Order: sequence, then C-alpha cells, then structure tokens
Amino acid sequence: MDAALVSEHVEDIEIQLLLEALYQRYHYDFRHYARASIKRRLLQARSQLGFTSFSAMQDHLLHDPATLPRLLNYLTVQVSEMFRDPSYFRALREKVIPHLRTYPSLKVWVAGCSHGEELYSLSILFREEGLDQRTLFYATDINPDALRAAEAGVYPLDQIRKFTENHQKSGARSSLSDYYTADYGRAVFDKSLRSQVVFSDHSLVTDAVFAEMHLISCRNVLIYFDRALQDRALGLFRDSLARKGFLGLGSKESLRFSAHASAFADFVREEKIYQRQDA
Amino acid sequence: MSAVAIEAPIEAIAIGASAGAVQALLRILPALPADFPIPVLIVVHVPPDRGNALVALFAAKCRVAVREAEDKEPILPGTVYFAPSDYHLLVEADRTLSLSMDEPVNHSRPAIDVLLESAADAYGPALAGVILTGANHDGAAGLKAICAAGGTAIVQDFADAQVATMPEAALAACPSARMMTLDDLIPYLLTLAAT
Repeated sequence: MDAALVSEHVEDIEIQLLLEALYQRYHYDFRHYARASIKRRLLQARSQLGFTSFSAMQDHLLHDPATLPRLLNYLTVQVSEMFRDPSYFRALREKVIPHLRTYPSLKVWVAGCSHGEELYSLSILFREEGLDQRTLFYATDINPDALRAAEAGVYPLDQIRKFTENHQKSGARSSLSDYYTADYGRAVFDKSLRSQVVFSDHSLVTDAVFAEMHLISCRNVLIYFDRALQDRALGLFRDSLARKGFLGLGSKESLRFSAHASAFADFVREEKIYQRQDA
Repeated sequence: MSAVAIEAPIEAIAIGASAGAVQALLRILPALPADFPIPVLIVVHVPPDRGNALVALFAAKCRVAVREAEDKEPILPGTVYFAPSDYHLLVEADRTLSLSMDEPVNHSRPAIDVLLESAADAYGPALAGVILTGANHDGAAGLKAICAAGGTAIVQDFADAQVATMPEAALAACPSARMMTLDDLIPYLLTLAAT
C-alpha cells in the first residue's frame, strides 16, 4: 500500500475515535451519521479551526469544552429557506390542514429545526389558515446555537426575496412582509409567531418520545443518518404521533426502506407526507 | 493510451459534466451495452429549481438502467445514477449512495467534487473518474483525490470538449490524468468492463 492510501486509512480511524470522544465526553452522538458527509464537514472544521490532524482536534475537544460549540456548528448547521419546496407547504395547506381543522387543539413538532426557517414557515401557514391560536409548536434541535438562532428569528435581508417567492408559491393568503421588519440588512420576524412555540434540546439519536403530535415535519434531517439511525428516528416519530397524525419528510427521503413503513400510509405521495396508521 | 501498467479492476465510474453535458453524455451513455457491469455515477450541474429531466431523457435512449440516485440505496452493477437536482450525491464506504443538503461547493449543488472525493474514499484504486466539458473548476479537487487514492483519472480532450475550462482545471490539479476524446473514451469504458 502506498503512503497516501495508508494516511487515508489512518484518517478514518481518527474520525471514528473523534466521534467516540464526542459521544463519551459530551453525549453528542454522530457515530451513526452517514459517514461520507460527516467526513467532509470534519475536514472543513479541521482546516478552518486550524488543527493539523483529527487526533489534535480530539485532544482539544476532550480537554477544552470551548471546542465543542465550534465543532458542533460544523457538524449540525444546515442552511435552509423559508417555505423551501413550496409544493410541500401547498400540500400541507390544501390536504393536511382540512384534517387538522377538526381538532380542538393541535401539536406540531419541527424536528431538527436548525435556524428555524421551517418553523416560521409553518407558524405563518397556520396563522393564515386560522389555526395558530389552537396550535402548540415544538421546535427541537441538538445544537444550542441553532436553537438560539431559531428563537431569535432573524435572517439576512438578501434571503427575503427567495423566502417571499417560496411563500407566494405555497398558496399564501398574506404577504410575507406582514411578518417581519427590516433592520440594518436583517429581517426580524414578529415575535408573535413564536408565542406558541416551545424550543427544546432534543436528539433523534439518543432521546425518547416527545409528545402526542398531530403533525411532525422533519425534512432533510434523515438523509444525514445511516439506515439504522433512520429507523430509530422513524420509530420515534411513529410513537410520537397521535392516531392518524401526519409526518412530512424531505423530497428525497422516504419510508420505502424502513422497518416502520407499515406504520404509515402515503398521504400525499409526491410530497412525502405520510399518515400514521392504527397499530 | 498505454496498456503496460497493471491496473486494479474498475468497480465504479464517476463522471462530472457541466456546460455541454447533455450532448457529451448522449454520445457516451447510449453506447453502453445492456449488460455493462460497472455502475456509473454522474453529477451534472443543473439549476436547483428545475426538476431533474436528465433521467427521463437518458432512460429513453440507453440500454443500461438509468435512475435518479436515492438516499441509502445500494449501488447496483450496470446502472447509471444521476445526482438529483439541489442535492449532493456521495458514496459511503459500504458502497451505498447518500444525499446531502450541505451548502453548495464551487457554487454548485450537486457538486462534482463531493461525488468524486467520497467515491475515491469508498473505491480507492477501483474507481475511474471522468471530467467532461464544463465552464467552471468543479471536479478538479475530486479528480485529484481519485489520483491520490490510486484510481484512474480521465479528462476530456480540450479540443473535443464544448467548453474546455473544466477538463483544463482538472488536468492542472491532476497532471497524471489521461486525456481522451469521446471517441477514445467510449471504447475505453467498454474495455474496463472486460477486465
């Protein structure tokens, strides 16, 4: 084996050990994340945080807790958009909302909420549909920085054009500009949009069932997991949903390969919206 | 083309293409026989808002199976996988595919570098990487990773490419890459299948 191939192999061992250290020291469990993209993110973190090897990074991580949030921001933060995939939100509006209307109170879980783009999208949609007063939203993430950003609800103003275009395509009944004020290059979203939101630290990897939900939206989170972890998360969703509750996944995610597929039925197949079936 | 060096059998072919991609791939992919045993993984830069029409286009013209890559699916022989629009396509060590929504690389999602670098990790010397026509530098780092892992690196002949920027950048990053016209490349891919 030539030197390049050997060093490649050593790097994979170091990554395994680093993820193990992260878990044992801080209980953040990335061991069953899809390894290829974790490796890309770790390589980026290593170079931008100025470490010469993953072993050096591991040493810092174990002995200096200040390394943790810096590393977590590479491992977890997702860039998203409000009303990303407008057809998903249109399907929620046209097909799912009529069912949800029949309940006197509702619980909605945005699992892996990152910076909150999807949460605010749903909050606006539920207000437009007149369901906001009876709905409690749970927004969860494992990254405390992301949760703080979600709670702040502030986005760069240059993203607003895209957000607005997405919102209109989702079948908007209002204007997105009704919900934010522009302030020094930032769009600050109205705090009334989060008056019914509980922000919480929750891990799909290590934590348990959340509450009895009517809708769980978890998009483009499962693609980062390996098969076994995807199954764990889907089992958690199954057990967290009320009877006939809805689950929305990302456009390239599906239950097709999952052991839990039989617990769900296609509800809007092309938008990856599923409905919980009776056991 | 020299046949002197003893090479590991190729177990996957990864192709990156941008401007001019469709015309180039329309020459290559329909030339593959129905029993072509090697999986082909392809990233083409397409605008994120447009649905990926490539699969339908090529499925109608190819004898091999042509699919859009799905998350966590095993890579099958004799199948052409296109990265879905607006997702990165990666290969895992167990030779399954995964998708990611990580930020664009080289202003692109899917990015050729992301596919090639992960595939180089998974396949090592058993990977052939091909950089075709394109007007940017995506794929150069990926092709370099393939070379470093002992794989086979190929760039489209500059004069043969509709836009030579991408193969030029890839050759600069990976000077040991072989340069081939599409007329050379097609029989070469067929010989890979015979070894």
